[in-house]
Amino acid sequence: MVAPTLQARSLSKRFGDRVALHDVSFQLDSGEILAVIGPNGAGKTTLLSLLAGAAAPSGGEVIAPPGERIGWVPQQTALYSKLSVLENLRLFARLERVADPDGAVAAMLEQTGLRERAGEQLGRLSGGNRQRVNIAIGLLADPAVALLDEPSASLDPRQRARLWSFIAGRAQAGTSIVFTTHDIAEAERYAARVLVLADGELLFSGSPADLRSHGSGDIESAFVSFLRARGH
Amino acid sequence: MAAVRWMLAKDLCILRRSPALTLLLILYPAAVAVLIGLALSRGPGLPRVAFLNEIPRSESVITLGTTRIDTTRYERQLFQAIDPIRVSSRAQAVDDVRDGSTIAALIIPPDLPHLLASADQSAYVEVIYNGDAINQSLVETAIESKLAQANALLAVQLEKVAGSYIDLLLSGGRLNFLGLAFNVLGLRDSAKILNGVLSKLPPGSPLLAKLAPVASFAKIAVDNLASSKAVIGAVGAPIVVHKQTISGRRTPLDFYAVSIAVTASLMFVCLLLASGTLALEREENTLERLRRGLVSPAALLGEKALLASVCAVFVGFAMLVGIGIFVPLHWGRVGLWLLALAGGALAFATLGVALGGLVRDVRAASLLALLVSFPLVFLALVPAGSVAVGVYDAIRVLSAVFPFKAALEAVDAAVNQSSPSLWAALGHLALLVLGFGALARVALRR
Repeated sequence: MVAPTLQARSLSKRFGDRVALHDVSFQLDSGEILAVIGPNGAGKTTLLSLLAGAAAPSGGEVIAPPGERIGWVPQQTALYSKLSVLENLRLFARLERVADPDGAVAAMLEQTGLRERAGEQLGRLSGGNRQRVNIAIGLLADPAVALLDEPSASLDPRQRARLWSFIAGRAQAGTSIVFTTHDIAEAERYAARVLVLADGELLFSGSPADLRSHGSGDIESAFVSFLRARGH
Repeated sequence: MAAVRWMLAKDLCILRRSPALTLLLILYPAAVAVLIGLALSRGPGLPRVAFLNEIPRSESVITLGTTRIDTTRYERQLFQAIDPIRVSSRAQAVDDVRDGSTIAALIIPPDLPHLLASADQSAYVEVIYNGDAINQSLVETAIESKLAQANALLAVQLEKVAGSYIDLLLSGGRLNFLGLAFNVLGLRDSAKILNGVLSKLPPGSPLLAKLAPVASFAKIAVDNLASSKAVIGAVGAPIVVHKQTISGRRTPLDFYAVSIAVTASLMFVCLLLASGTLALEREENTLERLRRGLVSPAALLGEKALLASVCAVFVGFAMLVGIGIFVPLHWGRVGLWLLALAGGALAFATLGVALGGLVRDVRAASLLALLVSFPLVFLALVPAGSVAVGVYDAIRVLSAVFPFKAALEAVDAAVNQSSPSLWAALGHLALLVLGFGALARVALRR
């Protein structure tokens, strides 16, 4: 049996009177790619923020093996626009206390195809390239778990293909991946398992094939049918 | 500590790449320092005033008894307070005021010497204003202060004239009147002669009864006229002021202005930089990344406060050095300057990070910093007695809760050796650092 790298137990989050997430539990296996899908406001970003430790849960807990790093790629790029690509990567490598910051930065520039743009200021890059740097920083410390919030949202098809190839390579190397997306086909293509969230509740956890079985057409139609059947 | 070092290096790099902001941070205090230095070292310019002297040149000297008073001497004294633009007629003086080429007109009427000499009517000068309240105030102040000095000098001259007449009456001497010289006997000699005559009269002489009251009058007149000279002197300067300061600030106003300028610059640089650099972390969405254990909240706040404080101390010190070129400062107290600047800067910077933690972007942080800082400066400068007691008490509490007043006292104590002591002000600032530090921690959790 594969040991879980991350567990969410009865996770809840409230913002005042509003319940953003309610009693969500699941576990993530080593090297597993998990997609979190759901309509807008379902709680996908909140779930990833709680798993990343960027926000504190109102209830429940996140359990990660001690000493394991969790990489986080937030939905909005979290970078210093006045610094260059290289300076951003180097700063976060040092703050993450990576053993060999320069080596890790060089490797990441190579893997993400950003070596040629290393000296350019972030503020002058396109949205797609900024997102690539954003992802690179999240994975810089070679984490056991990578949490990616809509990683392909601002990428063109060529960059998207390159991203998924990169993520698949990471998963094969043992990194567990959790990503959120509005592109249901993307979830079916790249994830081994899908979580469906709606109004802060976990409605489904299973393979893309299981989700597809809730409808007669493609997975997107099946997803919409599933939500309607559950009153969403 | 390593995280703080990397964050500091990052923020300095960002500052270096924000030339407009950096230029503003350097140019602003430099410009303020030069302006204050020039203002304190050269003083304000003289107001331009149209000047018409209608006294004929031949009548500019008044003769009071044996004393001659030259009225042009007082004219020269008046010109120390104004920039006189000589005009030839009253109409031209009025035109100059009306078209704004001068801010007032000063007219000396032709009968001024006559009125001064006759003493049965007050002498006067005429001033015409253009109706602008600020200009009027400026000219009024300049002219009235010089007229007061002239009056005092005239009073001394008149006192001398009156005194010489009293001396003549008492002791006798020569009196020139209408070109003729007279010998005046004087009351003292008259009394001596009378007493001599009285001592030689036989007892029972009918002249004794008639001359005795005259001799008595002469004695009373001598005694009282002798003391009347002192009375005239006292009336010429009825009240003199003896100055004594028993507590509070003893700094002259111009040197206090140096402390205000430096403290205000310290505050602006600290508040803008500390709030701005922290708000930038939210604006760039990096705060959430950092909060995941990369940098502790205390380290992050400390780093921003340290950066702002170091920059502000540098700016404040540069200002003092710049002002020191123009006005004499106590260079032997440089260590205390730095201590006061550091204490003030740290308190302002802690307030800055508390403000920066409340907002989501740099513009909002800058606006909030300015909104907070301006009232703080004005409140701290409200003097006691200028508002109702209750309002002043409220102002004192507000000034004590925010760092400007305490920082101003620290800088003033260090630069001008004023009271309260530097150490009391630094203790106050330390308490504020603790208070705003706790508030900043709460604000950062948002």
